[in-house]
Amino acid sequence: MTVENGIGASVRRKEDQRFITGNGHYLDDINRVGQTYGYFLRSPHAFAKINNIDLAAAKAAPGVVDIFTGADMVADGIGGLICGWGITSKDGSPHNAPPHNSMAVDAVRHVGDQVAFVIAETLQQAKDAAELIEVDYEVLTPVTNISKALAPGAPQIHEEAPGNLCYDWELGDKAAVDAAFANAAHISKIDLINNRLSPNPMEPRAALGEYDAGSEELTLHTTSQNPHVARLIMSAFLGIAPENKLRVIAPDVGGGFGSKIFVYAEETTTIWAARKINRPVKWTADRSEAFLTDAHGRDHVSHAELAMDNDGKILAFRVSTQANMGAYLSTFASAVPTYLYGTLLSGQYKIPSIYVEVKAGFTNTTAVDAYRGAGRPEATYVVERMMDTAARDLGMDPTEFRLKNFIQPDAYPYETPVIMTYDSGDYPLAMNMAKEMIDYNGFAARKAQSEANGKIRGIGTAAYIEACGIAPSAAVGSLGAGVGLWESAEVRFNPTGSVTVFTGSHSHGQGHETTFAQIIADKLGVPIESVEVVHGDTSKVPFGMGTYGSRSLAVGGSAIVKAVDKIVEKSKKIAAHLMEASVEDIEHEHGVFSVAGTDKQMTMGEIAFAAYVPHNYPADLEPGMAENAFYDPLNFTFPAGTHIAEVEIDPTTGVVDIVDWAAVDDFGNIINPMIVEGQVHGGVAQGIGQALLEGVVYDDESGQLITGSYMDYCMPRADDLPNFRITTTNTPCPSNPLGVKGCGEAGAIAAPAALMNAIVNALGKDIDMPATPEKIWRAINSN
Amino acid sequence: MYSFDYERPSGVNEAVSAIREDDKFLAGGQTLLPTLKLRLAQADKLIDLSGIAELKGISVSESEVSIGAMTRHVDVANSADVKSAIPALAYLASHIGDAQVRNRGTIGGSISNNDPAADYPAALVGLGATVHTNKRSISAEDFFVDLFETALEEDELVTKVTFPVPEKAGYAKFPNPASRFALTGVFVAQTAQGVRVAVTGAGPCVFRQTDMEAALSSNFSADAVSGIKTEASGLSADIHASADYRANLISVMAARAVQAAS
Repeated sequence: MTVENGIGASVRRKEDQRFITGNGHYLDDINRVGQTYGYFLRSPHAFAKINNIDLAAAKAAPGVVDIFTGADMVADGIGGLICGWGITSKDGSPHNAPPHNSMAVDAVRHVGDQVAFVIAETLQQAKDAAELIEVDYEVLTPVTNISKALAPGAPQIHEEAPGNLCYDWELGDKAAVDAAFANAAHISKIDLINNRLSPNPMEPRAALGEYDAGSEELTLHTTSQNPHVARLIMSAFLGIAPENKLRVIAPDVGGGFGSKIFVYAEETTTIWAARKINRPVKWTADRSEAFLTDAHGRDHVSHAELAMDNDGKILAFRVSTQANMGAYLSTFASAVPTYLYGTLLSGQYKIPSIYVEVKAGFTNTTAVDAYRGAGRPEATYVVERMMDTAARDLGMDPTEFRLKNFIQPDAYPYETPVIMTYDSGDYPLAMNMAKEMIDYNGFAARKAQSEANGKIRGIGTAAYIEACGIAPSAAVGSLGAGVGLWESAEVRFNPTGSVTVFTGSHSHGQGHETTFAQIIADKLGVPIESVEVVHGDTSKVPFGMGTYGSRSLAVGGSAIVKAVDKIVEKSKKIAAHLMEASVEDIEHEHGVFSVAGTDKQMTMGEIAFAAYVPHNYPADLEPGMAENAFYDPLNFTFPAGTHIAEVEIDPTTGVVDIVDWAAVDDFGNIINPMIVEGQVHGGVAQGIGQALLEGVVYDDESGQLITGSYMDYCMPRADDLPNFRITTTNTPCPSNPLGVKGCGEAGAIAAPAALMNAIVNALGKDIDMPATPEKIWRAINSN
Repeated sequence: MYSFDYERPSGVNEAVSAIREDDKFLAGGQTLLPTLKLRLAQADKLIDLSGIAELKGISVSESEVSIGAMTRHVDVANSADVKSAIPALAYLASHIGDAQVRNRGTIGGSISNNDPAADYPAALVGLGATVHTNKRSISAEDFFVDLFETALEEDELVTKVTFPVPEKAGYAKFPNPASRFALTGVFVAQTAQGVRVAVTGAGPCVFRQTDMEAALSSNFSADAVSGIKTEASGLSADIHASADYRANLISVMAARAVQAAS
């Protein structure tokens, strides 16, 4: 029996009506009586000492309510921002996490660093006043490039991090890898740069802080992917207010891609300032501020080597990476180039031994943290560029080389040498399907045709894997995480049979209001229109860990299923009482409870009503029908698949035309295929953006951000993208009750490697991202 | 944005007599307004030209296309008369910026700003157009002086641009991937006065590529120009393209413009 709008149905997104008709409630839509406007004076320098800040003229400017500096916050006992994941270096020392005040105290360390917070009756007045602040800067020489920052003699950015080093981390068996390399028949090598990206969610970050002097409660509306975590950090580490006096609300949020996971200086300053002036304070970033201060992504420099035997079987893999952390350590920054990266370097391959070392360091740039994929795109990029290079060196077809080295479908659970246990998958199937979809065997003929037309054709493969459903609390705790990564849910029936689902996950574009409602519709037979999903308010939903790492369905959805199981269990007792049967004889399917072997049955709605009007009710049962659950995953999930890109390059200009794209993804079971397809489209678009168009550029000498607007930072647009051929395979995830793996990041993980391999295949030489027309033209015209 | 005064005159004389030092004329506002919003520019007063009817409109005769200064790019792009008389001009207008820019931006505003990567300067110089102001008529080549600099005086306002109808003309543009301005755009025209090749985007100001003009005069074909190099020194270089690459694009775009010429 299938249920209308149940699991597997491409239900149109319930939330889109309000979004498309302009009836969403994004942060800047929310206003309060007596509201003031905050504006940050930001550093124009990449690196400078602050000798003095003179606020006198600014404070006297029209409309100014107050102006605060970092010193005011320190004097008020407000702590610095934290990094929630402790990484241990090779030598056993903890990572260096220098102080990170919400506003600069003695120095500024990147262009855009917060210097003062001006609060006025209007935004114009705040900006006018900010121009009157006199800051005495002693400008220092900055460093923005990670390799230069880690080299001897580089400018020293933090006293607490000698040599600008955050950590020097390793994973894997170095001795085993070295031994394998010593005996290898073939060794392939590659050097790669993973370009720095700006996240660019459609809605910039914003905050609205309010203080109620009567109850002493603070309320912060903020653009967050995880409001409870924001509250926890602001309360426990910054000392803004006790958790019970601090309410954090993340209303409709216009995209995040990771950048809104983090607790930022602007949000903490805004809520703190609201109490200081006892009036609501609103701060909304403009796009320029977003470029300067939203945590960036990627920015790795890597060297990788692969050892193989005579038959092209992989023996060992070693990788050395430098990771740019930016000027300060952001909320989860330390984990991205380590446990979200090094642990995925086995890819889809049976590799007997792997060793990775990562040096993370500070530079005079915006902080770098998780961005769609977070570590896993970087890992896939290294692994998959390496595989193509190795195949090329061996003279093998890159897909045959991969097929030869894949972990086989009967090998699960498969333990990699980098501490992951893959639970399920069928990598050869996806590869072969993708080859079929794109007519891989017909490529040579198409290449010849392109050549006849004066064009250069190339084809490239990426067989990616990711670890999603983040994450088992005990596992991440043992690796240094400061939190558990479970999720919460409450399923609450109303007496009339409608349902409100409270989830600790947060939707900022993913479609939870639809997908989660489909689970309820399917499991409990409630019409989807009668299911409301509530999220994003610490006063409404149980403590939740939020949305990132493709975890909402695998972890948040599983918590809902656990709560549903409790609802069913209780309902069976009520049904048994009302139908005068024993509980063991009650059968349940999609919200219908029946007595085995009879035609007696009751619906979920009738039972819920009986629970709230318990006139005839089991004596030992509590009335009401609401259950909550916390779900801690047993393992990561491992979405995987193969993407193949085909390109045609115009050698006169270097322009890449993406002529075909085949994607075969294994996301396990799928709740809403339409939403999944949209996620793949969006992810691939972002991956194509990274490969061809996007890249944050700082001026080497001054440390100024050159790509500070859309005039210079190139986001992918519809006409940059091909038509996609997309399909899925399904090996259900064995570790969660829905059998789901997660789909939000896959496209962004697979696409850069597939596309760059296609370009390298066309050119016959290596090239770094973004593969701009000029870079390609130069590659074609160089020897 | 800093505060400013605002006026919306209904005639050209009224507009030019209203302007004072530190005032600015507001045409389509596609450069001026973002610059004001970012506080990168400041004006005591904006004199909005959108109420001046005589500055708007297109008229086409057998020998000339005349476009009022406040005519929007979208109107040029969609004009059946322009498409028929100088298809390359309509094509060029249809590729300026994006739909939002074309719906607001005007020819007078664009050329008065003289952004080095704007499209229109290539058409004006390529076609040997004349810029008419409230004071005089200026040849396109004299009008565009240097980076963001024109021959206009403080109280001088472009009223219209007249384009002689060529025998054939073509425009090819390599857009900046981010801004979609011309990283390099080449306008090629066969006119009564000879072949003209105008290059925008590649240098600090629109310029004529005379080697290509000479080559095309004897042989108006893509092959005649695709091999002609432009000296890279003096061309622009930024994060999007080096001078060498822009020099290459001039050859490639010139050949494409010739190919497209009609």
